[in-house]
Amino acid sequence: MTGEAVGFWGVAVVLLAASLGVVLTRNLFHAVLYLAAALVATGVVFLLLDSPFLFAVQLLLYAGGVVTIVVFAIMLTERLVGQTLTQTNRHIVNGAIVSAAVFVAIAGFLMQARGASAPPPTANDALAALGRALLGPFALAFLLLAILLVTALIGALYFARADD
Amino acid sequence: MPLHAYLALAGLVFAVGLFGVLTRRNAIGILLGIELMLNAVNINLVAFSRFRGDLTGIVFALFTIAITVAEVAVGLAIVIMIFRVRRTVEADHLDLLRG
Repeated sequence: MTGEAVGFWGVAVVLLAASLGVVLTRNLFHAVLYLAAALVATGVVFLLLDSPFLFAVQLLLYAGGVVTIVVFAIMLTERLVGQTLTQTNRHIVNGAIVSAAVFVAIAGFLMQARGASAPPPTANDALAALGRALLGPFALAFLLLAILLVTALIGALYFARADD
Repeated sequence: MPLHAYLALAGLVFAVGLFGVLTRRNAIGILLGIELMLNAVNINLVAFSRFRGDLTGIVFALFTIAITVAEVAVGLAIVIMIFRVRRTVEADHLDLLRG
């Protein structure tokens, strides 16, 4: 096995285990910690796909930002000690059947489709090309994204403001 | 690793996240499941981008990540507001609109 294969299988096991932890653990706070592990593992998958820039974005925005916001929300809505933090699942059998059916459908498509067995060689200046793409053909979407982020954060502040 | 390996991994993570969305009672737990599903989609986008040698997939993944952050911020603000009004974040108890 090549180094990439070893890395892929290792990170796949970590990612799946952390994902199962997110949906199965009874302690909501532990679920967020599992989510952080899953997000970092996803970042490592991006590294395996030769996208170190996305790895950095993933760490900064997801593992840094999203996890912090979720922990904050949990602290506001639950007591960190005591029974209120535990959560249970309902309709486990039905949920498992639907999820398994969705995965089987995806796997069915994968079996039929032809896919490249090895990626093409990477360009030397992939990051520079990404920057040119963001400010060239995708410049309008990029700016709209900035407006969307500001609007969403102001909206979140408005929703969660203190009562006066 | 072939493209199929990455797509299969993303499909598995998507299914696990879907299971969480369907079975969690807590609204924050449901949001965590949605995060997992969006992550699986990002893996797909980046894998296709890498194997096709086309940067568009990575640009899309960047946009998805930023939009997800906005979605989480607004979603959690709504959860906090619901908690203030109803004193619960159990999705099953939020049935004000039930006829």
